[in-house]
Amino acid sequence: MKKIYVIIASLFFVPLSLFAKWDGGEVRIGTEGAYPPWNGTNAAGELEGAEIDMATELCYRMGVKCSFVTQDWDGIIPALLNGKYDVIIAGMSITEERMEKVDFSIGYMTDGACLVVSKDSALAAYQSDLESINLNNSDAATSKVVGSVVALLKGKKVGVQGGTIHQNFIEQYASSAQLSTYSTQDDLNLDLGAGRIEVGLADCGAFDDYMSKKEGNNLTSISPSMGGGPFGDGVGGAFRKEDGDLREMFNTAIKAALADGTISTIAKKWFGRDISM
Amino acid sequence: MELLSFGDTGWGDEMLRACFMTLAVSLCAMAFGLVLAIPFVLMKLSQSWILKTFANFFTTIVRGIPELLIIYLFFFGSSAAIMYVASIFGYDGYIEINAFLVGAFCVGIICAAYSTEVLRGAVKAIPKGQIEASHAFGIRGSRMLFGVMIPQTLRIALPGIGNIWQLVLKDTALISVTGLVEIMRQAHVASGSTRNPFLFLVTAAILYLILTTISNKFFQKAETKYSKGFV
Amino acid sequence: MNFNLIYESFFQILKGLGTSLEIIFLSLMLGLILSIFIVIMRLSKNMALNTFSRSFVFVIRGTPLLVQIYFIYYGLAQFPAVRDSIVWIVLKEPFWCGVLALTINTAAYTSEIIRSGLNSIIKGQIESATAFGMTKFMAFKRILLPQAIRQSIPAYSNEIILMIKASSLVSIITIMEMTGIARKIISKTFAPIEVFIAAGIIYLILNYLVTEIFKKIEKRYSIV
Repeated sequence: MKKIYVIIASLFFVPLSLFAKWDGGEVRIGTEGAYPPWNGTNAAGELEGAEIDMATELCYRMGVKCSFVTQDWDGIIPALLNGKYDVIIAGMSITEERMEKVDFSIGYMTDGACLVVSKDSALAAYQSDLESINLNNSDAATSKVVGSVVALLKGKKVGVQGGTIHQNFIEQYASSAQLSTYSTQDDLNLDLGAGRIEVGLADCGAFDDYMSKKEGNNLTSISPSMGGGPFGDGVGGAFRKEDGDLREMFNTAIKAALADGTISTIAKKWFGRDISM
Repeated sequence: MELLSFGDTGWGDEMLRACFMTLAVSLCAMAFGLVLAIPFVLMKLSQSWILKTFANFFTTIVRGIPELLIIYLFFFGSSAAIMYVASIFGYDGYIEINAFLVGAFCVGIICAAYSTEVLRGAVKAIPKGQIEASHAFGIRGSRMLFGVMIPQTLRIALPGIGNIWQLVLKDTALISVTGLVEIMRQAHVASGSTRNPFLFLVTAAILYLILTTISNKFFQKAETKYSKGFV
Repeated sequence: MNFNLIYESFFQILKGLGTSLEIIFLSLMLGLILSIFIVIMRLSKNMALNTFSRSFVFVIRGTPLLVQIYFIYYGLAQFPAVRDSIVWIVLKEPFWCGVLALTINTAAYTSEIIRSGLNSIIKGQIESATAFGMTKFMAFKRILLPQAIRQSIPAYSNEIILMIKASSLVSIITIMEMTGIARKIISKTFAPIEVFIAAGIIYLILNYLVTEIFKKIEKRYSIV
């Protein structure tokens, strides 16, 4: 009997990994690989995108060896905490909710959230008073626009990617909308194109990327683009709480790259506009 | 169709690689599951009430709860859950987290639960007289186990094991939610990237059909071989 | 172990019970009806029907349910022809796509259960029944069907439990049934073990109820 237990126990004996903390050597970067132009995967199976370029540049500046690990969005934070990689660079916005589990670097890029509808839909004609709003503002104009957006979304089928700030926004502000959550942005796009959802809410850059392709050219975004509040304040890298040293290294590199315009250039290359912070 | 071609612009090579991954995970899961089933079968057949209940607990829970939930449990709680299970067996170290291992482990646990039932039924189906006859001939212990019981158990259990293998093959598709690049995941990624889900899902279906058909033929051959000489 | 979380998750997940049960019942009912057609086709002498039903069962049993669900939901929606046609009324809703996929899946497996149930009946019974003056229809209704049902009951009860588990897969296509809600809670709280326990208990209770009901049905139909 004992022998069997030994055999089974030995099955669990796989190479030990260190306790989930950066070991000072190679930095493993976790990313989704399904959210262009932030991070996407091309037909050859390689990762490409603004954050890929930026991270490669930062690693070069920090003098460390970096490798990328892809991970589905839903499990991206648990995998970090479990030690699958050392930092998340995946278009993750800095929010209080997330700060309970991870620590963020300083923000490196920031983009608004856009509502996207089909060009033939009745909603396409909607115009709001302001082009973009920040939900941290509590002034009258912003509140009015928020109110009209909420009224617009009431009862409509809205699609968001699960576990995102966009889901938080709908749940907190527009709970009267019929929400569908998708595990990837691609699935959301497919259903938006098929007409199963009337409105999609996601990062403006991500939608711009889709709308520039043949399959997405029947979509249009409606104003306003939104930021702040549940949308967080900018996109940053997420670290485990015990990896403060790694985080500081990144902060230094990010500050430098922002100051000398490298991140601006990368942003302009992938987004067509400068979204660096 | 050129989307399926091999090389840089086509997804054909990725799909094929994913196919091998599916096969690899299935084999590992099956091996792990069958080995894990053995102590559980022994527990179920034992006289001890405690062991019997524990084994029943295991098979009832794992066979009764949706596979997706089991995969979520180990996927989201990777180190916590796997290390907890490992500590039951007395292993207290840290375990490397690896999508392949988590996937094989999950499907392996599911395989173990079903295999326990199949093997238990097979062992019970062996006429008791065989054990008594072996004792009468002086064959006991491991000689009896390997020479008399296991060959007969295998013959009876083979159809059930064949079914479980099909189950394992198809359950690996669920591991796609953990990000392991097997057939289902690769098809999903390619669908999203190329906006052509139909093509890639049909390809995935065909790949699975090839795997299950070949497996079927293999098990049928094994069944006839093992039933040789048995009326 | 956060017991409070288990308690709260339990009730949150329970909210999806209605949706889960709807999906399960509909798929089982429609699947049973479809499976009878499949069996009839399978047993017919017509080459085309026979081959069609055999290929149908082969493909459905040889591919994972997840692939079938994705295919019906995303794969079919790709074509403008589908979106403009009348089937779009059904395919537009994730709920009906899920029911359709589960229906087709259970029909394939159930048809095999019914077929083997029928096969296990001794052939001579039909002849002796007609020899006694019963019409084929009467023979079927009074002699074959009860036996076929009795034979199939254990296997079908297993199929019901498999359906209860399979219903969890439709959470992947945005339906908020029990597993979908469970996943949502997990991704917000990062507490998979507690949520797993809460969801697991509900599913196990469902399975227990089904098993008990079928024990009674088996007793009623048994010949002892």
